[in-house]
Amino acid sequence: MSILLREDFTFIVQGITGREAVNLTKECLDYGSKVVGGVTPGRKGREVHGVPVFDTVQQAVENHGRPIDGSVVTVPPAFTKDAVFEAIENGIGLIVVVTERIPRRDVAEMVELAGLRGARIIGPNCLGIIVPGVAKMGGIGGPAKDAAKAYAPGPVGVMSRSGGMTTEISSSLTAAGLGVSTAISIGGDAIIGSTYAELMPLFEEDEGTEAIVIYTEPGGRMEAELVDWREHAGSRLPIVAFMAGKFMDEEEMKGMSFGHAGTIVEGAEDSATQKIARLEAAGIPVVERIDEIPSAVKERLGAKV
Amino acid sequence: MRFYEYESRRMVERAGIPVTEYGFCKTAEEARQAAEKIGGPTVIKSQVLTGGRMKAGGVKFADTAEEAEAHAEQILKLEIGGHMPVGVLVDPKAEVEQEYYAAVLWDGRAKRPMMLFSDMGGIDIEEVAEKHPDHVGRGHLSNLQPIPDFRAKEVVANVGMTGRELTRATPVLARLAQLQRDFDLTLAEINPLARLADDSFIALDAHLEMEGEAVGRHQKVLAELEVELTEPRELYEPSEFERNVKAIDDADHRGVIQGKDHGFEGNLGLVIGAGGGSLTLTDAVRSQGGKPANYAEIGGNPSVAKAQGLAREVLKKDGVEKIAVMMSIVSNTRVDIVARGVIKACLELGKDPAETIAVFRIPGAWEEEGAKILNRYGIEFKDRSTSMWEAAGEAVERIQG
Repeated sequence: MSILLREDFTFIVQGITGREAVNLTKECLDYGSKVVGGVTPGRKGREVHGVPVFDTVQQAVENHGRPIDGSVVTVPPAFTKDAVFEAIENGIGLIVVVTERIPRRDVAEMVELAGLRGARIIGPNCLGIIVPGVAKMGGIGGPAKDAAKAYAPGPVGVMSRSGGMTTEISSSLTAAGLGVSTAISIGGDAIIGSTYAELMPLFEEDEGTEAIVIYTEPGGRMEAELVDWREHAGSRLPIVAFMAGKFMDEEEMKGMSFGHAGTIVEGAEDSATQKIARLEAAGIPVVERIDEIPSAVKERLGAKV
Repeated sequence: MRFYEYESRRMVERAGIPVTEYGFCKTAEEARQAAEKIGGPTVIKSQVLTGGRMKAGGVKFADTAEEAEAHAEQILKLEIGGHMPVGVLVDPKAEVEQEYYAAVLWDGRAKRPMMLFSDMGGIDIEEVAEKHPDHVGRGHLSNLQPIPDFRAKEVVANVGMTGRELTRATPVLARLAQLQRDFDLTLAEINPLARLADDSFIALDAHLEMEGEAVGRHQKVLAELEVELTEPRELYEPSEFERNVKAIDDADHRGVIQGKDHGFEGNLGLVIGAGGGSLTLTDAVRSQGGKPANYAEIGGNPSVAKAQGLAREVLKKDGVEKIAVMMSIVSNTRVDIVARGVIKACLELGKDPAETIAVFRIPGAWEEEGAKILNRYGIEFKDRSTSMWEAAGEAVERIQG
């Protein structure tokens, strides 16, 4: 079982003729995903690994003959907002925004429009979503054979602000015999389409998910939001967290940005120390090492049974 | 990107918010002329990209033009927080009835801009928010709709203001919100915003920051405002290492390398990636007693030359004895390319790769090919069966002998 993607989930790739997008399309097809079209303005009539290319999302939907479920957007930052608007206004419900370095105002506009239209955005600056053995949407896990190596089906939902760490964590869960229900690279920017707390209700309803692992970093208030949500909603799912970037709490690192655009400590609440304290106070253990995650999850799953 | 106060004032003025008749001066002589033109008591303020000017002696009051000149002379030579001023601002000393605070910034949790207003200006807003929460008004704005004046009015009314005070402060806050949106500002702050004897409002100081990602699309306006983008506008001056790594990164569009060494003084060079992996690995080295010489990020499949360049710059740093080459599992960046790059860097500097590379742990794309190359130089390849924590620990152990 899974969230967001299923076997018959269809999606397009906007910006499909770009170098990275061509690779991404092949990886997704090889993994079994249903990529039903691509869009690059001016390139109508071409094919990318057998996927037809169109000038507009509207054409792609017409060609498909019925609504398309999702879109992976990988166009340059200056064009991303318009591409996402185009997807939303053509009835696409799940949009993975891969593009990095998009100004925050553009992201905020996309997210607000998505909210008005009932669409969901994952990212930006993310690698996408994978349901092990079923489908992947985005570059997450890399080529199909590499993705298979790191991601086995299992009961753990993974949400991570870092794309690479999504795979590192999932690989450790797979190696420990646990496996992953759905892994989502949620993006590292200051404003993202879907936060931990916004995805939790989906995991909550998914019978295949029994525990959650989150990877987080200093900067932002997403952990506080997660803690508040959990207190309010009374979740059945145990959560294990990992916090990277503790070194940023040092005095000489104040105000510097490392890693993602969102990883900048702007106030006391943003620091790793504060976040760890907050999570642990809410009963969410924060492990020191990635390789401690599987045993921490097993402990909590065992306690539940 | 941070703006100097004089640049912020130009932008605020452009947005229709009144400012004092100030003068930006690069010499003491210019400061005297500006003070003469103002013709009364003045304030001389250091134009420097750091806070704490007042405490450091970067803000002084003058009654005469001669005094203004003398103050400017001193302030122009005064380093504040490691920064030299680019000039001074000569401002008329305003007869202020009351000081206020106005700001618009992002609320990441709401994913919307948030307006802040207080009738207790001039002091630290966080302190006001804590001690006098009823004196801080807040309100969110839609990202899609035009900015409505009534939202600004609500925020001002929230602190208990009414009458002319309310109707005159409202447009200032609404215009500041428009400025924040139009220029992709991560912070737009007027503190203090002053009410003068005639009940008009005027910005006495402004602090604006533009999001780095958006600077490109505001080139024209920045040029009009004579904002020079050539000088670094970081919190600190970039080091030689940081400049060199950036130059290598800029020279080739394939992949990304980044290096920072501000605040790092260790002996273990880090050639690490990607974003989250770098944060995780830096912590893992430090938690196990290691002393990183730098922070780095490799990502997006860089060329051999780029990987080599990063490793070389790290190895050239004073006190660096060995490098740890580590990444979280890669799916895009190729293991063999990074392997070739770091080996070449060692050879280029006349170092034995097997001695210099304390650990090489990059699992993922093209790892078999990478392992072969490493083996040829006597370096053990660590795959995913060695955790990131363990790899960092081995590097620390090797450098500590």
